[in-house]
Amino acid sequence: MTRALWLALVIAAVAVAVLAYMPSQLGPYPLGLMIGIMSYVVLATAWAMFSGPTRYISLATVAFFGLGAYTVAVLGDYLPYPLVLACAGLVGLVVALIVGVFTLRLAGVYFVVFTFGLTELIRQVVTWYEVNVTRTLGRYIFLDITTEQIYWQLLGLAVITIGIAFWVRRSRIGLALRVIGDDEVVAAHSGINIPATKIALFGVSSMIMALAGAIQSPRWTYIEPSIVFNPTISFLTVIMALLGGANRLWGPLLGAVPLFLLFEWLSAHFPNHYSIILGLLFIAIVFALPNGVLAFGEGLWQRLRRREAHS
Amino acid sequence: MLLSALLTGLVLGGTYALIAMGLTLQYGVARIMNLAYGDFMIAAAFGAFVLFTSLGINPLLGMIAVIPAGFALSYAIYGVMLQPLARRAKHSGRLEVDSILATFGLLFVIQGVALVIFGANFVSYSYLAIPINILGTTLAANRVLALVLALALGAGLYYALTHTRWGTAIRAVAVSPQAAPLVGIDVDRVSRFAFALGGALAASGGVVVSMYLTFSATAGVVFTMKALVVVIMGGVGNLLGALAAGLILGIVETLVATYIDTGLTLAATYLIFLAILVFRPSGLFGRRPS
Repeated sequence: MTRALWLALVIAAVAVAVLAYMPSQLGPYPLGLMIGIMSYVVLATAWAMFSGPTRYISLATVAFFGLGAYTVAVLGDYLPYPLVLACAGLVGLVVALIVGVFTLRLAGVYFVVFTFGLTELIRQVVTWYEVNVTRTLGRYIFLDITTEQIYWQLLGLAVITIGIAFWVRRSRIGLALRVIGDDEVVAAHSGINIPATKIALFGVSSMIMALAGAIQSPRWTYIEPSIVFNPTISFLTVIMALLGGANRLWGPLLGAVPLFLLFEWLSAHFPNHYSIILGLLFIAIVFALPNGVLAFGEGLWQRLRRREAHS
Repeated sequence: MLLSALLTGLVLGGTYALIAMGLTLQYGVARIMNLAYGDFMIAAAFGAFVLFTSLGINPLLGMIAVIPAGFALSYAIYGVMLQPLARRAKHSGRLEVDSILATFGLLFVIQGVALVIFGANFVSYSYLAIPINILGTTLAANRVLALVLALALGAGLYYALTHTRWGTAIRAVAVSPQAAPLVGIDVDRVSRFAFALGGALAASGGVVVSMYLTFSATAGVVFTMKALVVVIMGGVGNLLGALAAGLILGIVETLVATYIDTGLTLAATYLIFLAILVFRPSGLFGRRPS
């Protein structure tokens, strides 16, 4: 490994240690904020892992997030907690594989359309199942898990997610994915198995989203489909990843932290106009920063240096 | 029971066909995948609702105000928001991604405005709720009117597209945006017009829906979804395909609601969608890509 990489690893380890130590210094409200930030760092990084290089925009983040949370609500009383988490991840993976097998062989637009309605579909089917088969809409989660533990789990998941994203970028599958995003014809001719590559990465990304939902579910105590399948979560994930830059490793993180704090402030001060402001902000980002802040900053930096070189 | 289900399905299917025609114009000609389409519709439905409940204007007359408004609003949105994206895009894939994202943002703006004004409750109004006897079963007059309106608007559009000069220009851009300028067609202008026309159809679809269904500020997503499925099923840019696919979807949904469970209609839509994706991704009537 190069020295720069070692240095980066040491800095990252120190940062994680500081973050892990933080709950003892924070009150309940700041800790709640930290959990929210962590959750969106995980979601946005997982989203960008697949949608960044391929440009297949997934609008179904909350479908997987909610499935994870629901799995905990259903199985929480019967299985030991680690096993419940494993099941939640598995549910996310299986659903993603089914969606992927049907849509990722086709042009990107079919995938977008499919994921666009997927949350609503899963919400309606879960509601139907609960009303007609189990006859109870809404479930309680009584698990002996403290807020600190949820935070540490999310921190761990965030580290793993960024680690996977880092590994994917440097591995053959990441290169394959970038070639697919640039030109599918070229990718096919260089012997890349396009559908398998896309489906595998979509599966990993969805599994992480399901785990994020599962880990957070004990915070709600009571859940029902309209709570865990809230489309705003999908929306926020996409806007955060886009703001930071979906093609950069640290882009989603960079977008998630400031935007989460901004949304928190907006929902406290403008609860009724929240989604209008969000929508306008989203459109503004698509217009002004189509490749994210990081790419914009790099472009600006290069232009400045070129000007210096000229003078 | 079966006949009444079929008739109800036909009414619903007519509405789906109408809104899908607008979406297929927007996507097939202007190349904009408009995720805010259903919310446009709901906005028009609220427009008809307000005109009817507060001013006592019946929805048929209301249409005369709402449809041009839908046209003008879509025309403006295309000019301000989407045309810059279309000009910036170097290839069609980029425009597709940008338009999906921009209209996804627009969806939340329109929905947010509707939520602020009307709240999250379901609303409906009672217009022409008189039973009519058709072949031994009864159907509300507003539903019959909705079907007639959908068919009349659809047929009028089809005639205009196939028998007029600007209709031919629109179809030319749909077939080949690269070749259209060679015969003197201004692609920018035609795209903008087609997008606005799609918005007008969304508005008329919204008024039709408001006459016989209850709706809410957040109902747009489901309509967008169904319109998208119908468009893909009928083949992108294919008006008659959209008509047939819309009717099929409406009838299947009503049969599922009648004989299985109302809660599973969206699941039925998705099953049809999956079947299309597996067997005929280019649409029921589309040619297989060579």
